[in-house]
Amino acid sequence: MEFFKQFAVPNPTPTIYLSMVAIGLTLIAVLAGITYFKKWGYLWSEWLTTVDHKRIGIMYLISALLMLFRGGVDALMMRAQTSMPGNELLSAAEYNEIFTTHGVVMIFFMAMAFITALMNFVVPLQIGARDVAFPRLNALSFWLYFMGAMLFNLSFVIGGSPSSGWTSYFPLAGNELSPHIGTNYYMIALQIAGLGTLITGINFIVTIFKMRAPGMKLMKMPLFTWSALITNLLITFAFPVLTVALAMGTMDRLFGTHFFTMDNGGMAMLWANFFWVWGHPEVYILVLPAFGIYSEVISTFSKRNLYGYTSMVVAIVVISTLAFLVWVHHFFTMGQGALVNSIFSITTMAIAIPTGIKIFNWLFTMWKGKIQFTVPMLYSLGFIPIFTIGGVTGVMLGIASADYQYHNTMFLVAHFHIVIIPGVVFAMLAGMTYWWPKMFGFMLNEKIGKWAFWNIAIGTCLAFFPMFISGLDGQARRMYTYSEVAGFGIWNLLSFFGALGLAMGFILIVFNVYYSARYATRDIGDDPWDARTLEWATRTPVPEYNFAVTPQVDSREPFWDSKYEGKTLFKEEIKDIHMPNNSGQPFIMAAFFFVAGFGLVFSLWPVVYVAAAGIAVLLFIRSFEQDDGRHIHEQEIRDTENDKRGETR
Amino acid sequence: MRELFPAKQVTGFVASLALTVIALLVYFLDMSFTVGMVVLLLTAFTQAGLQLVVFMHAGESPDSDSIYLNTYYGIFIALAIVFGSLLAMVWGY
Repeated sequence: MEFFKQFAVPNPTPTIYLSMVAIGLTLIAVLAGITYFKKWGYLWSEWLTTVDHKRIGIMYLISALLMLFRGGVDALMMRAQTSMPGNELLSAAEYNEIFTTHGVVMIFFMAMAFITALMNFVVPLQIGARDVAFPRLNALSFWLYFMGAMLFNLSFVIGGSPSSGWTSYFPLAGNELSPHIGTNYYMIALQIAGLGTLITGINFIVTIFKMRAPGMKLMKMPLFTWSALITNLLITFAFPVLTVALAMGTMDRLFGTHFFTMDNGGMAMLWANFFWVWGHPEVYILVLPAFGIYSEVISTFSKRNLYGYTSMVVAIVVISTLAFLVWVHHFFTMGQGALVNSIFSITTMAIAIPTGIKIFNWLFTMWKGKIQFTVPMLYSLGFIPIFTIGGVTGVMLGIASADYQYHNTMFLVAHFHIVIIPGVVFAMLAGMTYWWPKMFGFMLNEKIGKWAFWNIAIGTCLAFFPMFISGLDGQARRMYTYSEVAGFGIWNLLSFFGALGLAMGFILIVFNVYYSARYATRDIGDDPWDARTLEWATRTPVPEYNFAVTPQVDSREPFWDSKYEGKTLFKEEIKDIHMPNNSGQPFIMAAFFFVAGFGLVFSLWPVVYVAAAGIAVLLFIRSFEQDDGRHIHEQEIRDTENDKRGETR
Repeated sequence: MRELFPAKQVTGFVASLALTVIALLVYFLDMSFTVGMVVLLLTAFTQAGLQLVVFMHAGESPDSDSIYLNTYYGIFIALAIVFGSLLAMVWGY
């Protein structure tokens, strides 16, 4: 019995026990359902072992939406707790756990997965490739991310969640002040998911550099691909810092080293430093793909080519460099001198310049365009004003002396939500709606989509604008309650209503998926939005080999030119296509990582040894494996293409 | 014969051996900590550059431009992180 005590949740409440039961029942229902409908074989051969970038993208998308739900429920609980002064819905300890998991889930497991989902699905199609450069590594990336996310979510019911904030600052996150295993979950789950992300980064850099269609020079790439390239460059250079910091933190917590301790020569602030050396580029890792999506969407629905393409590219390249030069602005008040703060204050404000260039380019793209107010376009239009307000408050926070007033208040919380929600969530929803027909072969209902947009846009403003005021009035972040005389009550109540609006919006999106899957027409052709870039030149649904014939590119908008300028995109004859084989190894290896991670969290060393040996064996097998892939026969491709052409369903 | 003799590779190999010997001298000779560190840093970075260019063929493929650009970007970021951290955590604190 003594052995099992370590798995108990430290602050159990009826809700957690109910959730345990619910999770258990759902799991049994899912397993029973798969068995009953005899879907194990299908699941294994079509999804768990797939190396197809489109399917991996779709799995990322589903995971991201699930995590959005999880993180969203956390947010609702926080807003409900603070909606009234002296509320006792949650205890202080629970509140700490919830804001921690909300941040971690939303950044690492929702936003990162969402951008990776869209990059996976779209980038190879946009550059005219058959898959990414290393398809099997891509599958490994996904499964590592997935297992990391599952391990982290396990903390909710087994052993207890981390509670020292998504930034997990030492010494608070150290063994003395967080003796519970919650922070181990943080360190190890993020390590596993981070490995996956790093592999994705390398994979996509190689894909974009090496696998573009003939004629697609770097300066002819669509802007989403450009932003994906720079994003993956940032991932490759920023994530190792997180990896090292997490490894050091893990060693501090599990093996008694003194990297971030207060005594024996440790330096607790170094954690904050490393965390933000990774953390600020991470902001751009999230927002650059979003910028890419907006560029595609605004250009498509203004019926114009993108204004200032070159300056857009220059702007993201400049951002990629500046992103690494600003991290100290996340801890201006930690005690470094005025000189250091001034330097990082100036670099911070400099980032507003390239960002401003992009905003004006989008506005000029719309200028005199024939604007269609579709759902993706609405998100893009809503993004511009809300994001700009968030950006301007960012410059306020970037003024180091003024930051002494704003820091650690709700003003900061308002700022980064007002930036991240339009900057990332709006973009992901826009991108999801925009590419949905390519992914699933039907369009999402526009009317429900617009209702969802207005709920989300108004909900965002209502939820976060009041925080600017309560923050300036002195409400500190991460406080689970406040007294009535503080006068924060009304602002927090408004904020709670905003959160409900957001929740309503997401429910509408889920309903929209269900409704459209059931009622939407499948007869949408290959190019329902009258778009401009190569991904729309494929058949819908996209065959596994993407393009029967590699497209020939000689402009920035090859598909548009082939439609309206009479250029030929596909000049060659259909030939046999070489494709990679599916493999179960990535899934199995990631499962070993999950087990090893679980063992590390609870210091169950035999478990760790066995799982680590499993990983090593799989690496060994892979190293000596001969896998030459397979060929799709010419005749088979012809049949598929003809079938798709006559398809009405 | 001149075309067949891999002069570049042989020079590179000899140079990398020499750099290793110089680095080893730090252990065998009695020099101050500062001098030793300077020698180690210089030989380490020269060694890394040598390996990259001569033996990992950085300049020989058609996309050598992007390889070098990525390398410079990586060096820039490494320097920014190291010296920025020193500035924030030690010198400017």
